[in-house]
Amino acid sequence: MNYFLQRFGRLFVIWLPLVWLILFFMLPLIEMINVSFSEAKRAVPPYNPAFQFGPDGISFQPVADNYLLIYKYWEDYLWPAINSIRLAFFSTLYCLLLAYPMAWWIARSNKPLQHILLILVLMPFWTSSLLRMYALIGLLNPNGFINDILIWAGFIVTPIQMMQTDFSIYSGMVLSYLPLMILPLYASLVRLDSSIIEAAADLGARKLDIFKTIILPLSVPGIIAGCLLVFIPAVGEFVIPALLGGPEQLMLGKVIWTEFFRNRDWPVAAAIAIILIAIIILPIVYARYQDKEGIS
Amino acid sequence: MSRSNLFLVGGVIIAALAIFLNFDTENAKKSKVADLDNKLNIYNWSDYIAEDTISNFEAETGIKVTYDMYDSNEVLEAKMLAGSSGYDLVVPTADFLARGREAGAYQDMDMSKISNVKNQSPQIQAQADEMTGSTNAGLVYMWGSTGIAYNEEMIAERLGDDAPIDSWALILDPVNAAKLEDCGIAVLDAPTDVLPNIMTYLGYNGTSTEEAHFEAAGEALTAIRPYLRYINSSQSINDIANGDICAAIMWSGDAFQAAYRAEEAENGNVIDYYIPNEGTNLWFDVMAIPADAKNVENAHKFVDYMMRADVAAENVNYVWYASGNKAAEASIDPEILSHPGIYPTDEAKEKLFVTPVYDAKTDRIVTRVWNRFLAGN
Repeated sequence: MNYFLQRFGRLFVIWLPLVWLILFFMLPLIEMINVSFSEAKRAVPPYNPAFQFGPDGISFQPVADNYLLIYKYWEDYLWPAINSIRLAFFSTLYCLLLAYPMAWWIARSNKPLQHILLILVLMPFWTSSLLRMYALIGLLNPNGFINDILIWAGFIVTPIQMMQTDFSIYSGMVLSYLPLMILPLYASLVRLDSSIIEAAADLGARKLDIFKTIILPLSVPGIIAGCLLVFIPAVGEFVIPALLGGPEQLMLGKVIWTEFFRNRDWPVAAAIAIILIAIIILPIVYARYQDKEGIS
Repeated sequence: MSRSNLFLVGGVIIAALAIFLNFDTENAKKSKVADLDNKLNIYNWSDYIAEDTISNFEAETGIKVTYDMYDSNEVLEAKMLAGSSGYDLVVPTADFLARGREAGAYQDMDMSKISNVKNQSPQIQAQADEMTGSTNAGLVYMWGSTGIAYNEEMIAERLGDDAPIDSWALILDPVNAAKLEDCGIAVLDAPTDVLPNIMTYLGYNGTSTEEAHFEAAGEALTAIRPYLRYINSSQSINDIANGDICAAIMWSGDAFQAAYRAEEAENGNVIDYYIPNEGTNLWFDVMAIPADAKNVENAHKFVDYMMRADVAAENVNYVWYASGNKAAEASIDPEILSHPGIYPTDEAKEKLFVTPVYDAKTDRIVTRVWNRFLAGN
């Protein structure tokens, strides 16, 4: 009996995440691929599924039109894509630069303080991100809190235009994604054995050398994990540029939105998303695969 | 696993649970409502009904109303096209309703169940019916125009007496736009309400579906794009009321809500709205019943209630849009009824047009022109 329980428990622990992944990650992805090869039409739902179980059995009629259309108007999609990748890249960079010292400081604090600091890092997740963005708008507006204070203190006469600029977008991005960078960095830095650092210092290494030759290389897994966690969702980010950005910043997220909502073309929207996944995810998967090959 | 790691994982799990539970209570609320027999689920535009209309209806009929809100036709349409939205009454704009009906997302309204249909303005209803191609598609709730809202003082300061406060040129002439850049110009992120109007400014017919005309309108917009603060449909109400922007292409009712908010805040901003003399598009928001509505009877009862002259007048006095209800006009605030920006004069009416229901090809042209304008190339 005990044996069975143990066996069942083990199976449960292994299979539960797998079932979860298949249900909520693989199936939606497969459905999206299916929609991207479907034909748009005015109906509920607004496409003719490429693959479906109908009353007359299984039908499979994929069309490549959606991908051909993107190919035909590639210029309309290329610039938003470059914008999105640029936004994601710099957001990741700023997050990394800010998060590294924070994570280091948390990892080197004593245990009770560490717990409090980690809660503080996670705390923003307890408020809706939309609310946090509106709070930021209240701070950055021409008639907002920061400008009011600066004018009142006599530093400036006319309000500084902070909203609808790169500054406001990156403020929002960093505000939203910083915890995703701090946590993996912290996890790798906290495991770092302080006796190694002490040994290096005893042998006369300067602080910068210790950082470059010991701390940084040992925290590379944390940096990679953090950068992936920030970069991947940042590429598709829609809400933050829409709320905080001006007209110049047309992102791929918004382009997908217009295909979906304005052209009512769910298949083309799905096709763009699939291409984006292919461009962003596949190189990462490939790099990880190469990495493993190299090690073995 | 070290203690601190355990703590970290715990924290992440708690955060995930918090998000998950949040969803769960939402659903629980909905299913609880679904358990009651006498109910009605309404999905309407935000800020689009008097504060006590729903509670009065509930008190009078004993029907339990769940009232949700959206802020764009696109969001509503996506829900309708996906199906099983759970709503019994929605308020799409007529061109969206026309497309939705084509897709089979809406059912006919039984006008014999709505005794107050006699209060409706036949002219207004006929224009909406022409778009939907049916006299049973639904009843017009409110209608309005797209025009320009502006801050009187800020415009006067920058453009003086020459300010063309009767024309699209106030924003679309690059000379004016350059002078207004510092106080802020905004444009609706609604291509079908903006591009046709730019075409009238350029001398084309607003109902044109020719690609070249859309392209020309896009170029006119691109010419003033460097001076635009942003392109957004929901932000300008607050911003123009606060003085963060000074001129905007807006929907009539939104402009008056901004004017009202500025007055309430006593911040010194005086906001007004006009219908440009080159012409503009009219739109009609229609109360309609989704094809898979479960409480069809109650939806009819609600529409009948909304069509009562006193109820319709209260709603107009609150939201400052023109009503489809003719009988309500006796009880509408004279300030609203006499404002040419809300109830246009007969002269202005001749220049008003209804944007046609575009086909998929035209949709794509409109979106492409619009996205190029957004991206600035």
